[in-house]
Amino acid sequence: MVLAVMALIGAEVMFFGGLISAFYILRAGSFSWPPIGQPRLPIAVTGINTLILFGSAVTMRLGVRAAKRKRRVAVTRWLLATLILGSIFLAIQGSEWIRLIQYRLTVKSSLYGALFYTIVGAHAVHVAGAIGALLFVTCSASRGRYSDSDHDGLTACSLFWQFVVLLWGVIYAMVYLG
Amino acid sequence: MSQAAVISHAAYAEHAEALGFWRKYVFSTDHKTIGKQYLGISLFMAIAGGFTAYAIRWQLAWPAAGIPGLGAITPHAYNSLVTMHGSIMVFWVAMPMLLGAFGNFCIPLMLGADDMAFPRLNMLSVWIFFTSALVLLASFVAPGGAAASGWTAYTPLSDTWTSAVWGQTMWLFAVALEFASFLIGGINFLTTAFTRRCAGMTLWRMPLLVWDEIAASVLFLLSVGPLVAGAVMLLMDRLLGTGFYDPSKGGDPLLWEHLFWFFGHPEVYVVALPGFGIMLEIMPVFARKPIFGYRTIIYSTIVAVGLSLIVWAHHMFVSGMDPRLATPFSVTTILISVPFAIIVFAMIATLWGGSLIFDTPMLFVIGGLASFIVGGVTGIFLGSAASDIYLHGTYFVVAHFHYTLFPVTFFGGYAGIYYWYPKMFGRMMDERLGKLHFWLTFVFFQATFIPLFLAGIGGTPRRVFMPSAYPSFASLQPLQVMATVATIGLIASQIPLVVNFFSSMFRGALAGRNPWRANTLEWTVDSPPPHGNFPDPPVARRWPYDYSVPGAASDWLPQVAETNPPAGIKVQRAS
Ligand SMILES: [Cu+2]
Repeated sequence: MVLAVMALIGAEVMFFGGLISAFYILRAGSFSWPPIGQPRLPIAVTGINTLILFGSAVTMRLGVRAAKRKRRVAVTRWLLATLILGSIFLAIQGSEWIRLIQYRLTVKSSLYGALFYTIVGAHAVHVAGAIGALLFVTCSASRGRYSDSDHDGLTACSLFWQFVVLLWGVIYAMVYLG
Repeated sequence: MSQAAVISHAAYAEHAEALGFWRKYVFSTDHKTIGKQYLGISLFMAIAGGFTAYAIRWQLAWPAAGIPGLGAITPHAYNSLVTMHGSIMVFWVAMPMLLGAFGNFCIPLMLGADDMAFPRLNMLSVWIFFTSALVLLASFVAPGGAAASGWTAYTPLSDTWTSAVWGQTMWLFAVALEFASFLIGGINFLTTAFTRRCAGMTLWRMPLLVWDEIAASVLFLLSVGPLVAGAVMLLMDRLLGTGFYDPSKGGDPLLWEHLFWFFGHPEVYVVALPGFGIMLEIMPVFARKPIFGYRTIIYSTIVAVGLSLIVWAHHMFVSGMDPRLATPFSVTTILISVPFAIIVFAMIATLWGGSLIFDTPMLFVIGGLASFIVGGVTGIFLGSAASDIYLHGTYFVVAHFHYTLFPVTFFGGYAGIYYWYPKMFGRMMDERLGKLHFWLTFVFFQATFIPLFLAGIGGTPRRVFMPSAYPSFASLQPLQVMATVATIGLIASQIPLVVNFFSSMFRGALAGRNPWRANTLEWTVDSPPPHGNFPDPPVARRWPYDYSVPGAASDWLPQVAETNPPAGIKVQRAS
């Protein structure tokens, strides 16, 4: 299971690598960035949101550690915390999208908008998928699934979660700050 | 989890007898059934691919005559035929045959496992694949016709300009589903090879086919991502009106070519490596000799996988990319022929001095190897930017890539079918029909593509609907006619295979466990193997290529054999 998730992550890295290189190639060929009349990306709010997501990586880690120490209640509690932080991240992202659309940044308004929504949207889909997997794992954990020696599913889920968090760090640095 | 899986699997095996028709043959999680399903779909799609080949060739030989069975066609329909021919043959014939069929059937058996690591995901992958084939076939009758921008779907041809509004979008969805299927399959192959090997089956005792299937899967996983990213952007261009590839909106059509060929070149190896794996697996059995340079072949394969990720722009020498990029990509392209040359030499050295048995599987292996060498050597002229600029737009390219892909897909695939058919269905295929099939296929294949090399050197442009549009090439038209006649012969040559395939299922001689006296683990169980494969977990005690070991009682020592040859004789070159 862990190996399968690692292989999946390998393919995902190449997928986002493709998107991000498209971002740089198209940006290099454009006259001004962001194009005239298009809003700048909300660096500060998203920065705080990034910290929230990084926090979820820590709670995830603590959840795995609690499972290794066979603390059933603590596992569930840390996983729930991770779930909540991940959902807050998605909610803030969503509200930022709504604000950006009000500032007339859409997929059709410019390549800038198209790239932004494609890359950030693809990441959001991954966060949503990771939340789905985590929901499943949390339910299993609350039934005591991972407090014995077998935490394969939990480890795999945590691995994917850490990947999604780390990936966001890269996207924030390259798309928002870069 | 693993313990639970073992218990549930044991329970499953007990109920295997009770499974109804649907669970046993249609919605099966058994890797052997899934392998056969992939084989069946790929052979069916090969008929569609063969029909498009016939229509294309007829149009090129006798453009005024109208295609029997299809009538006169428009230039757009011709482009659709070419597009669908390439797409079908690569994605819906070569991949399911070489990866889907033989990967699924052979990997667990060769590793001594009871099934894949994720049997239900495996079933999901074949059903996603089946759906993708349906979507693709449906696009033939879509309003506006099937996709017409080539199997490479170059932008801007594939962007909003195409008149195949539905067809191009369906093509994209079909390819996306196909990728999802092989992504799941690849992850499954990889996980199986690393977690399900039986006792004693070290990595350095794995049969070369398993190595090649794994290498191909890893390469597919690494190369497909950027193309999926590109396809998402293309789909957004088509459906949402973005302009990623539209220069009038600031986009860049060359971006697609980079993303496509980053995948497209490795894709050739995704197909070629399992084809080699099949050849490498069959060769020692019919030469009664150990494989030559087992580890060298594996290292060369790994080097080829790595290099294949940095050669893609050799497809773009004439696309208008920065000419300064041409030199580095020429160099990497010429370099990548080195590991393949090593593998080919290892194959020849394996055959050298062996007591060759020319049964049908071996004939296809040797015929495939000989043809592939022609493909490899002609590739050198295309890898070098200087000569490619002259040859790139001509039939030379068409002949070249058919000389690489046809041998691995069809010669390799057919070799695999004749070789593993007894294990799949419990009966032997007919040797006389098999040999007839080989010789007809081999001769007509050469007769189809040698004229096209000549037409290409003469300068005949490819991708042209009406050859008479260029009166300067009228003197080369007889070459086109020759190729077409041979293509029709090549398609007719497949009749013996069809007859053989179905009649042997009922009338073939019973195969027994090990008709070829081969060493790998699949030959130690019944044909066809029962659900769960091995009654008792096997133990691998040696590498799979101990043939004609000096001092041994027989000229083959199965991987499970305990007897050791007399002291002082070095047997296991690897492990
Ligand atoms: Cu290439």
